[in-house]
Amino acid sequence: MNSLSDFVLVSAMLFGIGVYGLVTKRNALRLLFAVELMINAANLNFVAFGQYLPFESGAQTLAPNALGQTFVLFSIALAAAEAAVILAIVVVAYRLHKDVDVSELNSMEG
Amino acid sequence: MVLTVGSAIVALEAKEIIYGAIGLAGSLFGVATLFFLLNAPYVAVFQIAVYIGAVAVLILFTVMLVREEKWSKELPTSSFTRLAGILTGLAIVLALAVAVVDTDLSQFTNLVNTATFVDIGQLISTGDAPILLVLALVLAASVVGAITLSRADREEKTQ
Repeated sequence: MNSLSDFVLVSAMLFGIGVYGLVTKRNALRLLFAVELMINAANLNFVAFGQYLPFESGAQTLAPNALGQTFVLFSIALAAAEAAVILAIVVVAYRLHKDVDVSELNSMEG
Repeated sequence: MVLTVGSAIVALEAKEIIYGAIGLAGSLFGVATLFFLLNAPYVAVFQIAVYIGAVAVLILFTVMLVREEKWSKELPTSSFTRLAGILTGLAIVLALAVAVVDTDLSQFTNLVNTATFVDIGQLISTGDAPILLVLALVLAASVVGAITLSRADREEKTQ
């Protein structure tokens, strides 16, 4: 558990589980869980590559490379905002349709 | 690692959605421990604070406050869809795993970047300051949007 490929493999597994959830589940909250898992897989990749790979850009003079971690901080904040909006939408959709089954929410179909 | 992947499966397969939310929190905590292993404690603490402290609790409170039977019941999935999902997930994992094993990623065993939170703070507050401001606007807009969504519906109900 100390080489870069280990972390990338864990990230791949998380992403695969997220895709499985997106394909099979019909409960809107489960879809939110799956999306969160996939976002976390991507974040894990960013930090792992940022920590293991050397920084070779001459333009920036910051000796220790914090770019990967900084990007993940922004990504986590965005994911939190996204989760709040999705939960609000799910609550409203439930009040309108009395259901959280996404295959039943077809009133906006053209 | 086992905690992360196992809890992720629990999050999607638990019968009750409450247990699913707890499984999701466990999986996010596992990712946070992986961040600690990667020598990124600031990101790990941020992950615990935001995901477990905010997102997981938000989901739990939403589920408990609405408290309807339809939320927690597992919606039936046809066996064909389930099989297709498992196959798709496995195919993606296998493809990524083959790609990773085929490269020489396993030769990187030393953490070369030892950026502390001071470096992260410098980067955020100087070069990435516009991103930070835009992110603050996005967060505020999303919170306002979420509140408006639930409020508008309540007014509709009382009329």
